[in-house]
Amino acid sequence: MTDNLITLLVELKEQDCLRVTGERLEAGEDPHKIVEDAREAMKIVGQRFADNVYFIPDLVYSGKILEQISDIVKPELSQKSQTKRLGKFVIGSVAGDLHDIGKNLVSFMLDVSGFEVFDLGVDVPAQAFVDKIKEVEAEVLGLSGFLTSVYQAMKDTVEAVKTAGLRDQVKIMIGGGVMDDEVKKFSGADAYRPDAMAAVTLAKEWIGGA
Amino acid sequence: MADKTRENLERWCSGEGIDFINGEAEAAYKRRARRIADVIQLKIPDRVPIVPSFGMFPYLDNGLTCEEAVFDYEKAHQAAMKTLEEFEPDMFLGSGYAFPAPLFEALGYKQLRWPGQEIPAHYVYQFVEDEYVKAEEFYDHYLGDPSDFMLRVYLPRVCSQLTPLERIRPFAESFGYYLTMCGSYAYFGIPEVQEALKALMKAGEESLKWVSILGKQAEEIVSRGFPLFEGGESAAPYDLVGDWFRGTAGVMTDMYRCPDKLLAVVEKLVPISIKMGLDLAKDTGHPIIGFMLHKGADGFMSPEQFNTFYWPPLKKVMMGLIEEGFVPLLLCEGEYTSRLETIADIPKGKCIYWFEKVDWARAKEILGETVCIRGGVPASILFSGTIQQMKDCLKEVIDVVGKGGGLIVDCGLWFDEAKHENVKTMVEFTKEYGVYR
Repeated sequence: MTDNLITLLVELKEQDCLRVTGERLEAGEDPHKIVEDAREAMKIVGQRFADNVYFIPDLVYSGKILEQISDIVKPELSQKSQTKRLGKFVIGSVAGDLHDIGKNLVSFMLDVSGFEVFDLGVDVPAQAFVDKIKEVEAEVLGLSGFLTSVYQAMKDTVEAVKTAGLRDQVKIMIGGGVMDDEVKKFSGADAYRPDAMAAVTLAKEWIGGA
Repeated sequence: MADKTRENLERWCSGEGIDFINGEAEAAYKRRARRIADVIQLKIPDRVPIVPSFGMFPYLDNGLTCEEAVFDYEKAHQAAMKTLEEFEPDMFLGSGYAFPAPLFEALGYKQLRWPGQEIPAHYVYQFVEDEYVKAEEFYDHYLGDPSDFMLRVYLPRVCSQLTPLERIRPFAESFGYYLTMCGSYAYFGIPEVQEALKALMKAGEESLKWVSILGKQAEEIVSRGFPLFEGGESAAPYDLVGDWFRGTAGVMTDMYRCPDKLLAVVEKLVPISIKMGLDLAKDTGHPIIGFMLHKGADGFMSPEQFNTFYWPPLKKVMMGLIEEGFVPLLLCEGEYTSRLETIADIPKGKCIYWFEKVDWARAKEILGETVCIRGGVPASILFSGTIQQMKDCLKEVIDVVGKGGGLIVDCGLWFDEAKHENVKTMVEFTKEYGVYR
């Protein structure tokens, strides 16, 4: 078995990843190098997902492994890893919607793909999205929803962004179980995307220079 | 060999034991039930059946909030009956989608938020997923004694009022007076445990109230000539693990961390799921048993994982029901195109597959000779589409999927918010355009 952390993480070898991380730290290696490797591995995981080689459970499991690697490495980091971020992305489940599985996955993939993600959680009032966009000068807004009940909340949120005079500054994408292009049209958003990697790809097209 | 499905459907179509309000209602019932029985068995019916899966629509459409519907069973009943009268579908659920909120309140139930409680009054209730039980607390205990796990771990975890039940002793040890009863039943004397039992009694009263209204309502629906929506509910074993105990992320990681235990539990759940479906359906005498599939959609697992953890145990449950003459109705939530070949492996003319998102032409091509397909209208079009969009969409699905039978028109999910005229169009247009000549 290889001791290459990138390969191990890509192949989802949980125990080996943790072992190798520990060994490298013990050997006195710069922890930033370990973070870089993990990030590199996640890029490959994301690519495999986009290529239909990996599926959601692989993303979820890789996330769990990554979390543990980060927990081991974090205390050793002298400063926060300075990675150039592709752009600022505000995301949340719209007002009244408590679902978060899909939204969390999108957040996670955006994060490991290099975006600076501001995840406002679930049941987010339109005004909270507006405030956050202003505060961080976000370039993309992602709205998640899982219920036919929240079609209107999607539209209300887009309207609130418009009323606040921010519509030209921010691109808006929607996603979630019952969303589609019809809801995109109804809500006034710019795009609908069906899964996490499609959201990442679109965000890169919009602001990441892909 | 006798075809049990056919026998069961024939008995259902005959309307035996139903006290119809008049001859017209009796004839209408038989016509509607026959239409459904034909379409299930892949015989061409007189026309495409239309069975809108009304979620909270009847209440919102009749001026109630969802909150009113889940707290006032009588109001929910009245609204549902108005919807029945106006739309005259080929099968009807009644007000069973408006779950009794007072029951959940009595239990302090955490897995659901209902309208008026943390979510707006006009919203449908929402399931709140979490890893309620850790892997190490779940697998061995469940495999050893599922009832004990449910009583002393699961229910205390998800119902705040039942938390004290963690303290009682396993009933597997209730061997009588000199071994355990004298001492271990002391737990039932503890005030907190007694409060929990009172909460159960209160929940029981609410449940009884609710099912009594639904029972009376069911009689009224069929007596007016409308077959009921389904006879019982079952589930895919993998979903049972993920939905109720381990959460989506939890069960997904279990596929890597403890695959053998997960496989053992889904296998254990097969007879439980069969019995769950049959118990209710045998009571109601209705041949259709519903499944809401949550975690097997495209992308939610690899084809290999689907063929290992999801489909084999689900198929065993379906086969258990089919062997008893019942018809599994699978609501396939999410996109299902990549699963079509796998789920086509089921006996012919015994099931209904209800899709939310699928390549309809491909579904017809792969499943057309095997199962009846249901769905075709996206919830978003019902909500904001024009009448013309509705007609275009219906025409396409009837032309493509309804060719030669095998289609029930419906929305792809239980719909709540929808334009009245769009629902009307879904029903009327199908009745008119869907006639087989």
